[in-house]
Amino acid sequence: MTQMEKIVPATEVPLLQVRDLTRRYGARIGCADVSFDLWPGEVLGIVGESGSGKSTLLSCLAGHLAPDAGQVIFDTASGPKDTVQMDEPERRRLSRTDWAYVHQNPRDGLRMGVTAGGNVGERLMAVGARHYGAIRDAATDWLGRVEIDASRIDDRPSAFSGGMQQRLQIARNLVTGPRLVFMDEPTGGLDVSVQARLLDLLRGLVREMGLSAIIVTHDLAVVRLLADRLMVMKSGRVVEQGLTDQVLDDPQHAYTQLLVSSVLQV
Amino acid sequence: MTEQAYNFAYLDEQTKRMIRRAILKGVAVPGYQVPFASREMPMPYGWGTGGVQVTAACLTPGDRLKVIDQGADDTTNAVSIRSFFSRTAGVAVTEATAEATLIQTRHRIPEHPLTEDQILVYQVPIPEPLRFLEPREPETRKMHSLEEYGLMHVKLYEDIARHGAIATSYDYPVKVEGRYVMDPSPIPKFDNPKLSGCPALQLFGAGREQRIYALPPYTRVDSLDFDDHPFDPSKADHDCDLCGAGDSYLDEVIIDDAGGRMFVCSDTDFCRSRRAAGHAGRLGTPAGEAA
Repeated sequence: MTQMEKIVPATEVPLLQVRDLTRRYGARIGCADVSFDLWPGEVLGIVGESGSGKSTLLSCLAGHLAPDAGQVIFDTASGPKDTVQMDEPERRRLSRTDWAYVHQNPRDGLRMGVTAGGNVGERLMAVGARHYGAIRDAATDWLGRVEIDASRIDDRPSAFSGGMQQRLQIARNLVTGPRLVFMDEPTGGLDVSVQARLLDLLRGLVREMGLSAIIVTHDLAVVRLLADRLMVMKSGRVVEQGLTDQVLDDPQHAYTQLLVSSVLQV
Repeated sequence: MTEQAYNFAYLDEQTKRMIRRAILKGVAVPGYQVPFASREMPMPYGWGTGGVQVTAACLTPGDRLKVIDQGADDTTNAVSIRSFFSRTAGVAVTEATAEATLIQTRHRIPEHPLTEDQILVYQVPIPEPLRFLEPREPETRKMHSLEEYGLMHVKLYEDIARHGAIATSYDYPVKVEGRYVMDPSPIPKFDNPKLSGCPALQLFGAGREQRIYALPPYTRVDSLDFDDHPFDPSKADHDCDLCGAGDSYLDEVIIDDAGGRMFVCSDTDFCRSRRAAGHAGRLGTPAGEAA
């Protein structure tokens, strides 16, 4: 929390303001009337069971899905702008500079036929880097930061283990220094020891770079470790939100109580 | 069936009109791939159906046609397309680059400089330069329209990472007038500099993929590269063994079972005219003295 206290007073506007965001699938609700503010340097966790609208919400926020109603106001370089109304070129530019999206399955976020170095360099080249040596140096540096040996730079991700692929995906996303990272179940499908290592790495990077992040997960341990604030979703609606420790230690809503008590103790 | 059974240059007038409209649009937006309703042609896809349709739409009875295949006038593809148009359009044909008004080419640009009075028609197998990087067509179209070409450099990056240099030697991606990234058809990268500032109109036809694109005369065309790995229009480090030319694109020909080889100009007309002018290479003799 010290990081938050340092950064929040410096800026007056939240990084992301979400107002009454709604997405329907026909008569069904994907997510409805979601509102929250995300401040710079803050990590927001979104938890809930499968089908509760977490991923729909994240896709709407990241611009992958068009919401039916509501606003997503991002504090761009030229002041706060509603990304829902924004034209597509501008939104896509945002998504490869200020935003990053970490997929649950690294295969969705990586180019499997392209070497690790090329994967990390892609975002740099997309924003205009044209110096091979500089791109390669940046890629080497980032592989080191996500604990991948520099000698693997010319290997394809298909030769990597699941945990390495996920770390590579994180490096590829953070190389351009984004301000907001969307993560969809970043530790899903990894075994617990690899999960722990990845969480440790993520926590370090988020704190070190002062990133804001929105993490969707069903794993309460992940949000306990990473998130400053927590939102609990059920049936497409937010049923409870607050500081992570507060929500997890003293759940108010019946569903949150159920969720917290469902965690298996070893 | 008699030749008179066909309309001039095989295609009906409405089809030619449709193709001309696509060509005009392509000329207006250099490097942009214009969709067109490609017709079945009496040849298999991959043999130049796109180029043939563009040629048919551009031919007039006064034209003089030259067809080359990998630089040669006498290979199957070139011979059959040339005879196709001399039968269905009755136009004059030639093998001399300077005399032709319309040149259909497969995978080469003639060595002899082109003029403003000429049209160069390319046969294109795959018009989409991003195809092997991004297989989704709606996505590549969006990338073109939003000018998102970072991915093209990923391909060049991969070349350098694996081979130490940009190993793409043909089909080398270019940027047209600082806007569209274009596939120049599988011409060797040696020919890429000739695309830029060319006085002739250059038209590209892809029959199976149903796309036409164009470079108007004197269009600026830049080959993509990195600041520290600049574009290099390489060629075999030899002179032509028949005509002695040191500045033309060469084919390597194996001539015996003992590893013997010779390098000859891939542009047969260029080589022949040089020999006719008295030049000779390591193994060649000037024309007239040859057996």
